[in-house]
Amino acid sequence: MTHTIRPRPAIRIDAGGDGVRVVVSGDWTLRLLCPLPSDIQQQLEQAPTGAGWSLAGVTRLDSFGALLLWRCWGRQRPPQLDLPAALAPVLARAEALPADAPPVEPGYRFLDGTAQLGRGVHAIAHHVLGFVILVGHIVISLGGLLRGHERWPLREISANFYKVGVRAMPVTALVGFLIGVVMSYLSALQLRAFGADVFIVNILGLGIIRELGPVLVSVLVAGRSGSAMTAQLGVMRVTEEIDALTAMGISRHVRLVLPKVVALTLAMPLLTLWGSAVAIFGGMVSANLQLDLSFDFFLNALPRAVPAANLVIGLSKGAVFGLLIALVACYFGLRVRPNTESLSANTTASVVASITVVILVDAVFAIATRSFGLPYR
Amino acid sequence: MSAFPVELKGVSTRFGRQWIHKGIDLAVPAGEVVALVGGSGSGKTTLLRQMVGLLTPEEGEVKVFGEPLLSGSRQAQLARRRRFGMLFQHGALFSAFNVFDNIAFPLREFGVVDEGLLRDLVLLKMAMVELEPEVARRMPAELSGGMVKRVALARALALEPELLLLDEPTAGLDPDLSAAFVALIRSLHQALGLTVILVTHDLDTLAALATRVAVLSAGRILAFGTLDDIMNVQDPFIERFFRGIRSQAALARGQGAC
Repeated sequence: MTHTIRPRPAIRIDAGGDGVRVVVSGDWTLRLLCPLPSDIQQQLEQAPTGAGWSLAGVTRLDSFGALLLWRCWGRQRPPQLDLPAALAPVLARAEALPADAPPVEPGYRFLDGTAQLGRGVHAIAHHVLGFVILVGHIVISLGGLLRGHERWPLREISANFYKVGVRAMPVTALVGFLIGVVMSYLSALQLRAFGADVFIVNILGLGIIRELGPVLVSVLVAGRSGSAMTAQLGVMRVTEEIDALTAMGISRHVRLVLPKVVALTLAMPLLTLWGSAVAIFGGMVSANLQLDLSFDFFLNALPRAVPAANLVIGLSKGAVFGLLIALVACYFGLRVRPNTESLSANTTASVVASITVVILVDAVFAIATRSFGLPYR
Repeated sequence: MSAFPVELKGVSTRFGRQWIHKGIDLAVPAGEVVALVGGSGSGKTTLLRQMVGLLTPEEGEVKVFGEPLLSGSRQAQLARRRRFGMLFQHGALFSAFNVFDNIAFPLREFGVVDEGLLRDLVLLKMAMVELEPEVARRMPAELSGGMVKRVALARALALEPELLLLDEPTAGLDPDLSAAFVALIRSLHQALGLTVILVTHDLDTLAALATRVAVLSAGRILAFGTLDDIMNVQDPFIERFFRGIRSQAALARGQGAC
């Protein structure tokens, strides 16, 4: 190694006849002085203020070493300084440094918490407004498309449909099947205690088709496709692709947002149907093993236990949730500013917000549809 | 200090089935400013990335400070890596950090813990690249192209490197800014005694900065020497690259700026 044979930094305090002299020698560089050897630190602290300094023995000096000396001298040249000409420019740069600190961000103050709360409320209002504006843009572009001003982005819709719908089928099936099995297993344990085995069909059918299916699939899709949409739009924002589209006179809402929204709105009812069907199948398998309920019996009892209105409610929920997830994802995607922090913050916000919105709207659905499709009331 | 901070021996690179470099030999002498030039796609940036170990060549050896880059213990490799600084083409500033933290980051990683000293060091680096202290609190997204390059240069200089690698230092800067940046690099080179390797397309920059020029063409080093030596080499590529009317004008401008 070449740099290990460099002369080590050294410092010596001479108390000679004509006052104290501090003699510095060796390489005063970042690599050799960091971390600062304790003997050097001690000597630097002990050096008296009025001492003369000799840097004649210094073989190399970089800005770290120069700053170390400069700070030791209290930001002024000592009265007697023996400085080789070769090192003068290095020291001159340290000397030119302004003594005052750069503007520092103020620390936490008493009312900051209140201000934070206020900013939070403002931010929510700002998000709602931005969301309404996005929806407005989409409605306007839809109007334009319907009147035939622009070409329908059919290829984009189809590509997005494949991405968010078809590609999501395996994971939906897996999760749906397992949830069906777990629900059926846990319910069967309770129902058997009452001898009410046959009601497993009612519990699974109603629970999955009306409630669990749409919500479960929405949470999966929000995590899988919603985050992907936000990240994609965000990266397009970072790489200025969205600006390039605008400069070509192509509307980002028609070409990027609308296909995603339409595709997810169309794909979600189908995914819900698929997910619910697999979940019920899982429940059926579990019921067969646990309660000896035959597949025949289960399938025959299902239409009687679950009126068709529930399927309509479940699928419409799916469509509405899909619409909301895509809108929220696109809203946050278009808000990304060109830096990594903003990209991660907006992707997180997108997933959290879309799951929250889905559950809120699900509650609204539950209240609004309370008089439909429920037998034995 | 070894006489050749960067040595390439028989370096060959392949992307897929295409050979980019075929047996490149280059020894960069200490204290020189070496410009790598060549046509688009001739693998200049690839060569630069191989010098810092971001890419490994298919064949051949890359030596940095007299030793293979990836030799020795992890500590030795780390120490070797800290002896050079690289300026990326688009700055590659950490967008989640402000300017101050971007420059302070390598120093903090190195182990500078005294906040007062750190503050002075960062301000010193900023002064070296002629940035106002007020810029320190800005985020990279709020900087102009020229400022991004300056901050990136300050960050590359943070650990007092002996070797500085510049990838297209003046690309995307207007002529005025570009001339100022070239002057800045030249003054830093003189003041700090750095070895500089730069990749450039810009003949103004080349003429104003480089003490040696290495011409890459068809996968090998076509010529390596001072600009005047290169101009005397008889080769169709050099003919086109250096002796066109626009090239001559640019070279004259660059040399005039010296």
